[in-house]
Amino acid sequence: MAMSYRNIFAIIFFTIVAMFLIFGALLTHPFGEPEEPIMDEYIIENTQEETGADNGVTAVVFDYRGFDTLGEATVLFTAVAGVIILFRRLKK
Amino acid sequence: MMSKIVKTITAIALPLILIYGLYVIAHGHLTPGGGFQGGAIVASGLAMIVVAFGSVWTMKKVKEKQLSILESLGALGFISLAFLGLLFSANVFFDNFLIGQNSLPIFNEIGQGLSNINTAGVIPFMNFAVGLKVIAGLFAIVLVMAYATTKLEGIEE
Repeated sequence: MAMSYRNIFAIIFFTIVAMFLIFGALLTHPFGEPEEPIMDEYIIENTQEETGADNGVTAVVFDYRGFDTLGEATVLFTAVAGVIILFRRLKK
Repeated sequence: MMSKIVKTITAIALPLILIYGLYVIAHGHLTPGGGFQGGAIVASGLAMIVVAFGSVWTMKKVKEKQLSILESLGALGFISLAFLGLLFSANVFFDNFLIGQNSLPIFNEIGQGLSNINTAGVIPFMNFAVGLKVIAGLFAIVLVMAYATTKLEGIEE
């Protein structure tokens, strides 16, 4: 029985995706050695003096990148509002 | 609504889960974690109430309107802290205005390794605001969806 077009397409698609993944894994630079370490070193060295926080991740999330946290809070607020609006009619 | 065993275990384990979640929120600027993570822990502990005691019983105790008000209060606190940074510092949104000033000498300390909880200026307050928001938001989502499912399937509790 000859292979159907669907199987041939699946094999070609799988090969292309696997090639992308393998080349992507081979081309990644080593772990722990970022290509552009300027921002990392700045944050690691100056977090305690500038924000007073010991936890660098929290310092980045709530101080350096506050807008990003505001966006996350907006996403959560929108989700809650949507769920409550959607299920309000079922309460009666 | 589950059996008496599940209810008893929930009543025993719930305070520990809540304390751990509140610890993660309160120490967000010192140890790993923060408002989002601790709020998720507390909300999962509160979701255990919904599982063990049933959503109808829980909805009698807590209305989702109150949870919605709490979540809006958290969001307002967070964004008003951001605007306070705009007001008290050199016109920078989300500025940490408590660090590097001398009028409030309690909260302007800088953490040195294993440090106290009153360091990091405005970050703990933002953690509390976001934690309140995440607790109320996730618990509202779980409670409303469980209640609606119960009502749709006609399960009598």
